[in-house]
Amino acid sequence: MATKKKTDWSKDVFKVLKNADVKQVAYVPDAGHTSLIKMAIADNAIKPVSLTSEQEGVAVLSGAWLGGEAGALLMQSSGVGNVINMLGMANECRFPLLMLVTMRGEWGEFNPWQVPMGQATEAVLEAAGVIVHRVDEPSEIAETVEAAARLAFEGGRMVAVLIGQRVVGFKDWTK
Amino acid sequence: MTARRKITLDRRKVVSRILKDRGELLLVTGLGAPTWDAASVEDNPNNFYLWGGMGGAVLTGLGLALAQPKRRVLVITGDGEMLMGVGGLATVAVQKPSNLAICIVDNQRYGETGMQETHTAHGVDLAAMAAGAGFQTTSTVYTSAELNTAIPVLYNEPGPVFVDVKITAVEQPMTLPPRDGPTLKHRFRENLLGSI
Repeated sequence: MATKKKTDWSKDVFKVLKNADVKQVAYVPDAGHTSLIKMAIADNAIKPVSLTSEQEGVAVLSGAWLGGEAGALLMQSSGVGNVINMLGMANECRFPLLMLVTMRGEWGEFNPWQVPMGQATEAVLEAAGVIVHRVDEPSEIAETVEAAARLAFEGGRMVAVLIGQRVVGFKDWTK
Repeated sequence: MTARRKITLDRRKVVSRILKDRGELLLVTGLGAPTWDAASVEDNPNNFYLWGGMGGAVLTGLGLALAQPKRRVLVITGDGEMLMGVGGLATVAVQKPSNLAICIVDNQRYGETGMQETHTAHGVDLAAMAAGAGFQTTSTVYTSAELNTAIPVLYNEPGPVFVDVKITAVEQPMTLPPRDGPTLKHRFRENLLGSI
């Protein structure tokens, strides 16, 4: 049940976001997004927007697009349930929405309370009209985000990249 | 909770006075009556009307304000819509967008669903919640004179600014602006950015 060897995919993903001209990074923290969030905060050309709830991010990024800026929403799978209603706005208006979702509740999860939302994440997003790209290979994360960014910003769609828990790792509560 | 005062202001007159000399203002309206109010004044390409996304008006305004720091952005929404996304006040306060103003047309009711009371009818003070989140400029408006004071604040004071205008719970005729989402988005962006 080994977690895949940790590689620094965050740097490559951040490059992809920069190349896609992402100017607003909205987030509810997740351990798996730690590096990305730090890079977003450190970059003067990016406005990091810390949220109280993931649904806020859908609205913030809709407003950003109205104002001519692209954005990305970073979140954990446990927050996917929070965004469903607000996705209606992005869906109806065809606002581009790029979501990077790190998964919990699947590979080696020890916290039973994480399992229901983790297991429902893909189906729930698809039911709400989001195109889902799932990735479990660290070496494929950046190119998956790149494809998702194109589909979101140029194809005008809501796209979520689900980054598997096998890649992100699971909490070791024995330490 | 603040002292209860008599509510006399009419929502249409309030919104009409706020938008009378709007200049280059970018406007986001929350679903339901605030959208009808804005549309009753004029259907302007600088308006983005929410017909759904309850709880998202202020956050939409935030994303827009961050993207367009040189333009004044006003969000007009209702008390029920604000309450559903009330955490957004904290998010806005932390961002401190100097060009964002929020105006609640507060009839203390869910107007589109049968005029049921919202929490503001029971003493919940949205301006105090905004102040608690960190807004430096907040007020609750009950009178025409107070509205006269508040309007320049909405336009000119460094944001984020929060004004809760208490209005009578009287239903007005619906004035429906365009409702097709892509149409509203495209015309707003084309008008603002010159291309879509």
